[in-house]
Amino acid sequence: MQRAIRTVALTTAAVLAGAGVTACGGGSTSSSGADTITYWATNQSASLDADKKILQPEIDKFTKQTGVKVELEVVPSADLLNRILAATTSGKGPDVLNIGNTWSASLQASGAFVAWDKTKLTEVGGASRFLPTALKSTGATGEDPMSLPLYTNAYELYYSKKLFEAAGITAPPKTWSEFVSVGRKLTKDTDGDGTTDQWGLGMQGASPSFAAHFAYILGTQQGAEVFDGRTPKFADAGMVDGIDQWLSWMGEDGIANPSDAEVADKTAMTRNFAAGKAGMILAQASTGLTLSQFGTAADDYGVAPVPAQDAPPAGGQDIGSFVGGINVAIFRNSGNPDGATQFVKFLTSAAEQVILNKVYGTLPSVTDAKDPAFETPALTVARATLADRSKPLPQITEEAQFETLVGSAMNAFAAQTATGDQPGKAAIRSEMDAANQKLEAGS
Amino acid sequence: MAVITPSGTRESPEAPDKPPQPQRGRAKGSRRWIPYAFLLPALALELLIHFVPIVLGTAMSVLRVTQYQISHWWEAPFTGLGNFRIVLDLDGPTGRSLLQSFLVTLAFTAVVLSATWLMGMAAALALQRPFRGRGLLRTLFLVPYALPAYASVITWRFNFQRDNGMLNHLLGQAGLTDGNPFWLIGQNAFWAECVVAVWRMWPFAFLFLMAGMQAIPQDVYEASSIDGAGPWRQLRSITLPLLSPVNRVLVLVMFLHTFNDFSTPYVLFGAGAPPAGDLISVHIYESSFATWNFGLGSAMSVLLLLFLLLVSACYFALTRRTGHDKDQP
Repeated sequence: MQRAIRTVALTTAAVLAGAGVTACGGGSTSSSGADTITYWATNQSASLDADKKILQPEIDKFTKQTGVKVELEVVPSADLLNRILAATTSGKGPDVLNIGNTWSASLQASGAFVAWDKTKLTEVGGASRFLPTALKSTGATGEDPMSLPLYTNAYELYYSKKLFEAAGITAPPKTWSEFVSVGRKLTKDTDGDGTTDQWGLGMQGASPSFAAHFAYILGTQQGAEVFDGRTPKFADAGMVDGIDQWLSWMGEDGIANPSDAEVADKTAMTRNFAAGKAGMILAQASTGLTLSQFGTAADDYGVAPVPAQDAPPAGGQDIGSFVGGINVAIFRNSGNPDGATQFVKFLTSAAEQVILNKVYGTLPSVTDAKDPAFETPALTVARATLADRSKPLPQITEEAQFETLVGSAMNAFAAQTATGDQPGKAAIRSEMDAANQKLEAGS
Repeated sequence: MAVITPSGTRESPEAPDKPPQPQRGRAKGSRRWIPYAFLLPALALELLIHFVPIVLGTAMSVLRVTQYQISHWWEAPFTGLGNFRIVLDLDGPTGRSLLQSFLVTLAFTAVVLSATWLMGMAAALALQRPFRGRGLLRTLFLVPYALPAYASVITWRFNFQRDNGMLNHLLGQAGLTDGNPFWLIGQNAFWAECVVAVWRMWPFAFLFLMAGMQAIPQDVYEASSIDGAGPWRQLRSITLPLLSPVNRVLVLVMFLHTFNDFSTPYVLFGAGAPPAGDLISVHIYESSFATWNFGLGSAMSVLLLLFLLLVSACYFALTRRTGHDKDQP
């Protein structure tokens, strides 16, 4: 008998020690005290510390004005979505937080965020104060925004003036075939040791969101619609062509370092570009800040629009970017909703919009924030892209799953390509079919 | 109980002994709760930290918890075994990738468990007899176990990087590799993961086995060497048999720990583990967040729990029987 009990006890103890069951607590308590709020800011610069140094003086200013204390946490952008989901499930999260604007509709569906209806919007100056393009990525179409735009961003092509000059390239590429031939000219062995040490293009092959962004941009250029209503169309021809084009840069075209398949964070890609290991990168307008932190002066690099398809395929739309950016949202469980609203009002005020967007190299999201600093080449290109060559990612609840599912499948393709075996279109299609099925089974 | 008095006559103890007995019984009865009271805080914490999440996770596994319900998941629609059907459907992509991950995890556990045990055993044997510097070596061996998981695994991640990693640098210098192989993606990722897990875990095996060896009396070895037994014979006939109770617990604990290893793959590979290194705990985490379907993730966790429960129960049943046989030659 004793033995049996011992066996049961041992088994239970052993399994308990080992088993990890995903579980979350319910509850809906607030996270902060009456005169304090917690703010999750996403990592925007070269390091979490650099972001803290940028934001802390502004926060101190806010505390001085209102008496509301703000506890700041800078969250690495790769962890942000999972952290938000965990906070939503447990009901214990920050009062005010940053989100990637493309996730707005997906996060809105959880009902965990304060809706900005007309009355609430008047507290921050009304909807008309915000840029209409930016306001499109704040929640499902036809519903009150679940967040407000904070920093607006767009993809563009950064190129090293020094490497272009050395290779005799006079103008940045306008089409993808020019892009590839420029890339080939830049890819070379500079020290003659038999291995290539300078590449045409730097990539973030292991980042799901970076990959998904290009599935969207290139796929749209090739005629794909990512969703038909709410049905995923990840395996459609345009999408497969777009993914294939992205992979070919590292595979068939050989203009990107296969090692970039290991690169997950933007900082590493930017560092390679700053160090002259890559002649071009496709990155968002905010990259200038990180480049300056790596000691690259604004004169050292040029900025051009993302190239276009040589002959646009049937149904293809010439876009250079989606409407990128960071939004700010208030958690419904906030213990200090007034303090949280005051803080959002502060962050979206004209003065703060100028200060913060100037540092981050992004575009202000409000029309009354004007400053000569927003006339840099990077921001001029970004503004033009947003005005004429952009299409917001679909504002539907399944959007975030598109980024994670398609993005991580593309990371696996990049790994395969890097090891010398670029998957063909049939393999891409079957994996995208699986992603369609996973999304449909999941939702 | 009878007492023989010095005079040799038997005296019945009944009379003088009886009165205190009921008193002792009363005292026992009134204080019986004391050990339970001491255990209560531990029990409450145990329930809170382990049982409550398991129960909640199990409840979630029969619900369709998606982004619409994550902030109030207990109100999610009931699907019964629906999640389990999707997870176990090997024709569907979800089930197929789970099976693939399960097989990778089994192979990983087999490699890590055997390598860890062998290294721990070798080190414990080497340090069994006292010699100068033994304390220093012991401390040195324990370093990987004492380091925080994140700090040690991230260092390995840097070592394994293709262009700037130390491993490729060393291998290249030694002329062992042709070109720079990848360690964090592709097939090599499996071996990279095994190396890191063994490196992290073997001091634990070492510590456990070393403690077990301390309990083996020195006389047994002395007697056997007088009988002409060499070190190999001593290992087979004395050390290993006498260590078997220790080994029984050690192997199970290491099995469970390795099978559930989360920090090694998560820190080593970041968000997306390559298929060759896709361990089940990270797979469950990733697939819950990839589709935002936490019901599916919970169903996978429940299956994992059942599997580990089954393995542990079989293991105890099996080792108890063989242990019992040995007790009665």
